[in-house]
Amino acid sequence: MALTLKDIHGKLAAKFSEKVFDWLEPEAGDGWIEIEPLAWAEIAAHLKADPDLQFDYLRMISGVDYSDHIQVVYHLMSYARDHDCVIKVKLERKDPRVASVMDLWPAADWHERETYDMLGVTFEGRDELRRILLPEDWVGYPLRKDYEQPDEYHGITHW
Amino acid sequence: MTETTRPTTAAQMISDAVQDPKERRRYLGLMDQIKSEGLGANMAIVPLDAAVNWARESSIWPMTFGLACCAIEMMAVGAPKFDLDRFGAGAFRATPRQADLMIVAGTVVYKMAPRVKRLYEQMPDPKFVMAMGACTVGGGPYYKFGYHVVKGVDKIIPVDIYVPGCPPRPEALLDAIFRLQEKIDVQRNLKIRYQGN
Repeated sequence: MALTLKDIHGKLAAKFSEKVFDWLEPEAGDGWIEIEPLAWAEIAAHLKADPDLQFDYLRMISGVDYSDHIQVVYHLMSYARDHDCVIKVKLERKDPRVASVMDLWPAADWHERETYDMLGVTFEGRDELRRILLPEDWVGYPLRKDYEQPDEYHGITHW
Repeated sequence: MTETTRPTTAAQMISDAVQDPKERRRYLGLMDQIKSEGLGANMAIVPLDAAVNWARESSIWPMTFGLACCAIEMMAVGAPKFDLDRFGAGAFRATPRQADLMIVAGTVVYKMAPRVKRLYEQMPDPKFVMAMGACTVGGGPYYKFGYHVVKGVDKIIPVDIYVPGCPPRPEALLDAIFRLQEKIDVQRNLKIRYQGN
């Protein structure tokens, strides 16, 4: 049976107590649950394994730079239970780090590489975290709000 | 679309290529002599430059090469509805070594730029480059915030023809081909090489 976001939050809060923060269901768009970044690995494993949750499919991972912190957003879905949820983790802007979920959902591979490419988020516990879209010798992370455009790339001037 | 000024007869080729009236009369006289001997259907006398240019502009072979959405329009130009083959320019070559024309159709990103440059360098002379679409002309919609886009393909290779549009209509690309033919038509490479300017 499909669960609502409130039920999912309740189940997570019952098991992980203070590691699961608030949830919000806005009038428009998807609701989300915010969690403690350090607990993401175990919460993710639980989300996939728990028979009532069974999040067997990772739709996407994205990152947002809010100037004072960086947020990584996970869109999860369950084919078995026909429900979905959005998990958000808030990370330090200075050195954003969060556990990789590539071993749980292989789809995370390219999504994590893209988030690293654009925002410089380090996903820990996976191999080969390298740029996916930009050239490997690119300097900086372009979707950061304080990104400074290099004047040239391999002798090609930018302006 | 402008009317193309490409010569279709030997007499036109002569009058286009030879400015000096005395020389021109000499060529036309030779043509009359050939015709009077009944050889006009098989032979023509024109300056070598004009003959070479005529051959080059009538068989521009573009390279099979597309970077983004402009390439879809380029494919439409190659397909039957617009039929680039009518102008001898429809033989898209799958290797730069057989191509005369590089139609840079689509956004050139920094990651692609060295590859584009290498492809250009692999083409044999004489070679021509067409910047098709706003992105290759000057960055287009990515001009201000496109951290990844080269602001015009002329930053990496010399461009002969610029085709504005986002993307340009197939007619605009055809027009650009005609402009290129006109550009080839006025070249005097052999004259400059052997007689000087």
